Amino acid sequence: MIIEARDIYKSFKAVHAVNGISLSIAEGQFVALLGPNGAGKTTLVEMIEGIQQPDKGEILIAGKKWKGNEDALHHIIGLSLQETYFIDKLTVHETLCLFASFYDERKTRVAEVIDLIGLEEKKKSYVVNLSGGQRQRLTLGIALLNHPKVLILDEPTTGLDPNARREIWKILLELKKKSNTSLLLTTHYMEEAEQLCDYIIIMDKGSILKEGSVTQLLNKEKGSKTIEFELEGIYETIAPAETLPGIFWDNKTQKGSFQLFDMGKDMQAFLHILEENNLRIKNLECRRKSLDDLFTSLTGRHLHE
Amino acid sequence: MNKFLKFRQLYQLIKAHFLELMREPAVLFWGIVFPILMSLGLGVAFSTKQDVIRKMGIIKTTNSIVADTSTFIGNFLVKNTSKEYHAGDKTTYYSFKIKNEKLGNTTFFFQETNWKDAIVALKRGKFNVVMEEKNKKISYFFDPGNPDAQLTYIKISKFFESKDYIYQEKTDQIKMLSLEGTRYIDFLIPGLIAMGIMMSTMWGISYTIIERRSKKFLRRMVSTPMKKSHLLISIIIVRFMMNFIEAALLYIFAYFVFDIHIQGSIPALLMVFIAGNIAFAGIAVFISSNTSKTEIGNGLINVVVMPMMVLSGIFFSYHNFPEWFIPIIQKFPLTIMADDIRSIFIEGAGFAETALHSMMLTITGIVFFAAGVKYFKWY
Ligand SMILES: Nc1ncnc2c1ncn2[C@@H]1O[C@H](COP(=O)(O)OP(=O)(O)O)[C@@H](O)[C@H]1O
Ligand SMILES: [Mg+2]
Repeated sequence: MIIEARDIYKSFKAVHAVNGISLSIAEGQFVALLGPNGAGKTTLVEMIEGIQQPDKGEILIAGKKWKGNEDALHHIIGLSLQETYFIDKLTVHETLCLFASFYDERKTRVAEVIDLIGLEEKKKSYVVNLSGGQRQRLTLGIALLNHPKVLILDEPTTGLDPNARREIWKILLELKKKSNTSLLLTTHYMEEAEQLCDYIIIMDKGSILKEGSVTQLLNKEKGSKTIEFELEGIYETIAPAETLPGIFWDNKTQKGSFQLFDMGKDMQAFLHILEENNLRIKNLECRRKSLDDLFTSLTGRHLHE
Repeated sequence: MNKFLKFRQLYQLIKAHFLELMREPAVLFWGIVFPILMSLGLGVAFSTKQDVIRKMGIIKTTNSIVADTSTFIGNFLVKNTSKEYHAGDKTTYYSFKIKNEKLGNTTFFFQETNWKDAIVALKRGKFNVVMEEKNKKISYFFDPGNPDAQLTYIKISKFFESKDYIYQEKTDQIKMLSLEGTRYIDFLIPGLIAMGIMMSTMWGISYTIIERRSKKFLRRMVSTPMKKSHLLISIIIVRFMMNFIEAALLYIFAYFVFDIHIQGSIPALLMVFIAGNIAFAGIAVFISSNTSKTEIGNGLINVVVMPMMVLSGIFFSYHNFPEWFIPIIQKFPLTIMADDIRSIFIEGAGFAETALHSMMLTITGIVFFAAGVKYFKWY
């Protein structure tokens, strides 16, 4: 195991940011921490990165504790923080050279990385003039300079448009193919977790709700289909029904959904609810269950709230 | 592996910070152009002899003083002055000029007024002296605590005492002092150099550190194997280079424009310069060791910088302060540095006079630096 965290706790005054989390990551494994804002993702990864100290629990990177091994561990970890600004008026090339010198890497490595992140054309541009996606690629490039054994990325694609996001995914998938680097990635985009990672940890309010591979998570429960529906008229809530547990109504989007476990029984229960409450269907859709649905059925909230 | 200095790293850090500064036009203006403009302005203002202007209020006893030549003042105004209207303050004055090559010319402006207006004009500093003539006796009203007003009174009263209003200053007794290093500009330039070092070091270093902390750049850098000390050293070295350029340019400027020379030892001057840089760099690191709020940093810097700017004898000598206070002022780092640079510039001092002070400055810097590093917040 390249990363081992055992029973980690961290509080800020009244907030239990991380509340007893354990995780382990094998060499070459890509792991996603999926959770909404405030779930405790940043706090957890910053403890793994040695930036914050846990109140309780033990963290081992490549079998070593942080204390006394800072220099050695910094050499094998590459990371990007949730938000960092670099020096505005340095060029992409100068910024990479600066960080390369910390790792004793040479100019040839800088050239390789520029190629890897596709910023050849922007090499001489000031950091301040890069687009959001280009800046995130630079951030990723800096994290990759030292051929890290462990790559830890905190929300690398938040705020990017779908194209820019896919550019980043491409770089990471390439890395997965060609190296034995492990990845720990935080995100609140389920597609990102599904696309990139072998193992997904869903977390909320400082705890792990569920974890496993994508197939495990989506098939563990029988219901792998989701029904999504819209109604005529506008509703705050629709009456809770004991007959159909997990039915969920989002009054903001005016959409409802439920997991389909048993086609006959569940559909019957759904129609019964409609009839009883005098509701009329405007639109109905059946699709494969997603991690978003899983999160919703676990917490009663959406990932993006 | 664990060498004391990693040169490539240090070189890259210095290069990055230096480029960052050079690409910021505001840095060049405030750091280099502004001090030179200031010294030019102050130097010109204080070194060319300008006409001295004094304004006097005369209390009206009759409708018009000029019409009544039976009074001393009326008689004088008619005989010796010319009437002038000043559009600036919409007032008519009677002007009278004393020419004097050695002391410079003095022009007196007399204005007819009443007591009410005269009091206001006195309070606002427009009138130096108010005069009133009653029964052939002239009275002078002014604040005796104001040396300017006293001087005006002495000159003008002497004048009215002589019967035919002829005022002569015996200028053959006045010998002009024109030794090297006695002009105001000679006093000012070394002070400006010292102040420049203080300001640029304090603001430059703290700003860089606090901004990098608040933008999480510090946090990012120390998540690499970078040596923490190298980061601070690079910021200090770049600031040191900037200060050197600033000071050298200011000196070259003063050399050509004001004919200022360094009379003492240049190695000693370099030592004072380095020691001063260390002192203020240490204080700056200390001030910015813990905060990520620029406002807090600015406040702290002002608390340190403002008293020294006023008290340390940059623009005028601190010897006019109360006697008990002077030994305290002399312990301020800026005072030590300004006094030593000045004594090397204009008194021809060398290591003997400045070595101990340089050591004190260096120790001050190291103590603050060590304390700052101990409590330094990287994350
Ligand atoms: N330095 C801090 N001081 C106080 N509260 C904090 C601090 N860092 C995080 N928190 C709190 O801990 C919780 C988890 O935050 P965070 O780890 O940033 O979540 P995420 O990265 O999943 O959005 C939040 O409620 C947040 O407000
Ligand atoms: Mg976060």
